Amino acid sequence: MIRVLYFARLREQLGTSGEGLPATATTLADLAAALRGRGGVWADAFALDQTVMAAVNQELARPETPVADGDEVAFFPPVTGG
Amino acid sequence: MTDEQLLRYSRQIMLPAFGYEGQQRLLAARVLIVGLGGLGSPVAMYLAAAGVGTLVLADFDAVDLSNLQRQLLHTSERIGMTKVDSAVRTLTAINPQVRLEAIKGSLTEANLAGIVSGVDLVVDACDNFTTRFAVNSACFAARVPLVSGAAIRTEGQVAVFSGQPGGPCYQCLYPRDGDMDETCSANGILAPVVGIIGSIQATEAIKVLAGIGEPLIGRLLLLDALAMEWRSLRLPADPHCPVCGV
Repeated sequence: MIRVLYFARLREQLGTSGEGLPATATTLADLAAALRGRGGVWADAFALDQTVMAAVNQELARPETPVADGDEVAFFPPVTGG
Repeated sequence: MTDEQLLRYSRQIMLPAFGYEGQQRLLAARVLIVGLGGLGSPVAMYLAAAGVGTLVLADFDAVDLSNLQRQLLHTSERIGMTKVDSAVRTLTAINPQVRLEAIKGSLTEANLAGIVSGVDLVVDACDNFTTRFAVNSACFAARVPLVSGAAIRTEGQVAVFSGQPGGPCYQCLYPRDGDMDETCSANGILAPVVGIIGSIQATEAIKVLAGIGEPLIGRLLLLDALAMEWRSLRLPADPHCPVCGV
């Protein structure tokens, strides 16, 4: 199981703060693609032209970062305003 | 320090970690504040009140009615005035001993190098990636620490970058890939959220300048204010980073 968390705007957009997913994805990009495949708000939030940031086990990660059973993945939006 | 200064700063001088020496360091410091909007307001007001010796204030913009909901440096009667001039008035009223230097034009890669090499620390309180990348490059080149904050809607982020080789730097966090800019004018911002993030930036700036505590170096702090939840993430250096990578 991979524990997946959604933070800030993503939490609001997706209507959930997190869920447990079977560990079928092997990288963050795989995991994002699986979420995108759900369609609807998931397809919008994880669309290829949307920048979504992520952390694996509380460390900033990149699309190619591996994910495995027992990991915690947190998705969050970029912020630049001020 | 004069008797007046000892009294003015007494409530932080009495902190064992900060003390007389911490105050001396603040009084001797020069800090560049990039942007005098929602984040820059609490940053500038706290750093002036706390006795940072010199504040270099940079903003190209003028005060607008729509700023006043959150940009506490500015007031209704100053609409149309440059934000730098408005900030000078507010900060002088808070603490007339602080030296204030104004930069009213835009910051560019060309002029940032000279400005940043003359300060001890930079607080990035601007609202766009182009300036953030330019500020980060200038800070790393000059080995000057950078306190970076951002806020939009009901969320915010804060991190501190040491400016030293080995990083990480701002571009390790945000690789320069694609247009991600979102503005408060298009997306909205809940007023106190910039206050929360800006206050953390001021706290981190004081910690770095005074040499106390553990600054947010190598960490990214995320705020989700609607849930009022924080997350602290480790921020590794990107070995391929074009700014700080070897």
